[in-house]
Amino acid sequence: MSASLEIGIASLTQMTISDQHAQPQVSSEVAEAGQKTVGSPKIKAEVEGLNFFYGKLQALKNINMGFNANQVTAIIGPSGCGKSTLLRCFNRIHDLYPETRYEGKIILQPSGINLIGPETDPLEMRMRMSMVFQKPNAFPKSVFDNVAFGLRLRGVAGKELKDQVEQSLRSAALWDEVKDRLRESAYTLSGGQQQRLCIARALATEPEILLFDEPTSALDPIATAKIENLIFDLKREVTVVIVTHNMQQAARVSDFTAFMYLGELIELAPTKVMFENPAIKLTEEYITGHFG
Amino acid sequence: MSDFKRIIAKRKRQDFIFNIVGIMCTLVGIVTLGALLTDLLMDGLTRLNWTFLTSFPSRFAARAGILSSWVGTLLIMLVTALTAVPLGVSAGIYLEEYARKNWVTNLIEINIANLAGVPSIIYGLMALGLLVYQFKLGQSVLTGGLTLAFLILPIVIVATREALRTIPQGIREAAYALGSSKWQVVRHHLLPYSLGGTMTGIIIALSRAIGETAPLITIGALTFIAFLPPLPVTTQPPFLSIEWLWSPFSVLPIQMFNWVSRPDQDFVVNAAGAGLVLIVVTLLLNAIAILIRYRVRKRIKW
Repeated sequence: MSASLEIGIASLTQMTISDQHAQPQVSSEVAEAGQKTVGSPKIKAEVEGLNFFYGKLQALKNINMGFNANQVTAIIGPSGCGKSTLLRCFNRIHDLYPETRYEGKIILQPSGINLIGPETDPLEMRMRMSMVFQKPNAFPKSVFDNVAFGLRLRGVAGKELKDQVEQSLRSAALWDEVKDRLRESAYTLSGGQQQRLCIARALATEPEILLFDEPTSALDPIATAKIENLIFDLKREVTVVIVTHNMQQAARVSDFTAFMYLGELIELAPTKVMFENPAIKLTEEYITGHFG
Repeated sequence: MSDFKRIIAKRKRQDFIFNIVGIMCTLVGIVTLGALLTDLLMDGLTRLNWTFLTSFPSRFAARAGILSSWVGTLLIMLVTALTAVPLGVSAGIYLEEYARKNWVTNLIEINIANLAGVPSIIYGLMALGLLVYQFKLGQSVLTGGLTLAFLILPIVIVATREALRTIPQGIREAAYALGSSKWQVVRHHLLPYSLGGTMTGIIIALSRAIGETAPLITIGALTFIAFLPPLPVTTQPPFLSIEWLWSPFSVLPIQMFNWVSRPDQDFVVNAAGAGLVLIVVTLLLNAIAILIRYRVRKRIKW
């Protein structure tokens, strides 16, 4: 087992040393496989030759993959593999920090805009995406104001604001629990409720893509189950990308799964195929729990 | 087992000893402060009455009051607060949230921390050269207020930055992820959430400024003044006047300093009375700060 893992790592290291512009062997196979499997009619976003750098450290290496509209794509991989980094490219949150750099493209469909292009305003991208973070990060404001904040930024007010807040709380399966305490601080809610409040806040602005960054890692199993059901239901309205270190979670909620390792996309396949019959040895070893 | 018992007994003895030492150390502080306050109260209370508060200084100890100096103190603090708070809070926000972190901002950061430790008389000298002689602001309320504002500016900046740093990064990311601009994040999130900490810093800074004597003597504050600055409201349009800014002034600590240095024992009692008033004003400021912090904390629960 360990021998084959070493071979796997060795071949990956070899790839990273090779010229960036030359297509690495594994990735090109994956890219083709990805295009075959993701070849369904509606694609929401296409990642093309994406490299990402924290200073001199290259965190993403030539990522090529597609994300289907109104489906859930899960990104799995061991800690430090770049899955969160990839997700955070989508709302340009990296731009908040110095010495971060993108190369390549993330094309958003149907508008065809390059999300990470220098001509694209990060603010606009953040208006069009929503993200739910690992730790519930509700604002220390009232329940209502938490959900309303994004809407107010977009100029929604009055009756419309109230209705949309209620609608979002309903979509996040939280309305019945908080309808009598909208004026109370969000911090009086339980951890699971706070995370659903964050989901409601993310839904309120009607994003094109909803990004989840390990949304249940700080929650208990019951709260986790509620949020997983929610994610499963949400794809009717929105395209979902979820980063998770929990493979059972990926298997439960996603339509497609991407496996990343050391900053590279190793395999992208329909979730069923990925978990029952992965094409690449490294994926199989990760899924069966041999490392990571 | 007996080994365990011996070790445990030894550690309990250590605990006991430090407990005693700790109580002693705490007592030194409390007893000293208590003695000072009692002494001040015993001397000062005899002198504290309405006429003392509403009289100008006088050659006769019994007729002398602190009207001009407490009015001076309040006006100086008003100028100080109105300049140091907006400047300090804005600078703190800029350095913490806007400025790129590089060697220039590092240098500025170290220097601001150092400025907070510069002796206050140095600020007095700087103000004398810059405000009085260079900008010809005179030995006025404005000069005094600005001098103390310079003095506490570093404290306000540092307090603002510290308060901003206690806000979890996740809150910033959540606000940005919803599409906020930097200013919107500052205005709607960082400022309100850090208000408690910032207010505490501001009040500590003002409490320091209210007791300052040296820099104000350096710029030439008066020790004997028998008139009040012009009123800020007038009967003629525009009904507001800033004439008082140019008025000469005295403040409570200077009045005390002046009285204490006189040979007549009655004036020393007067100084104790003025000291009591100064302490009460400072405690009032602190009470206001605690009230504001309490209200803010009640609204914002982490």
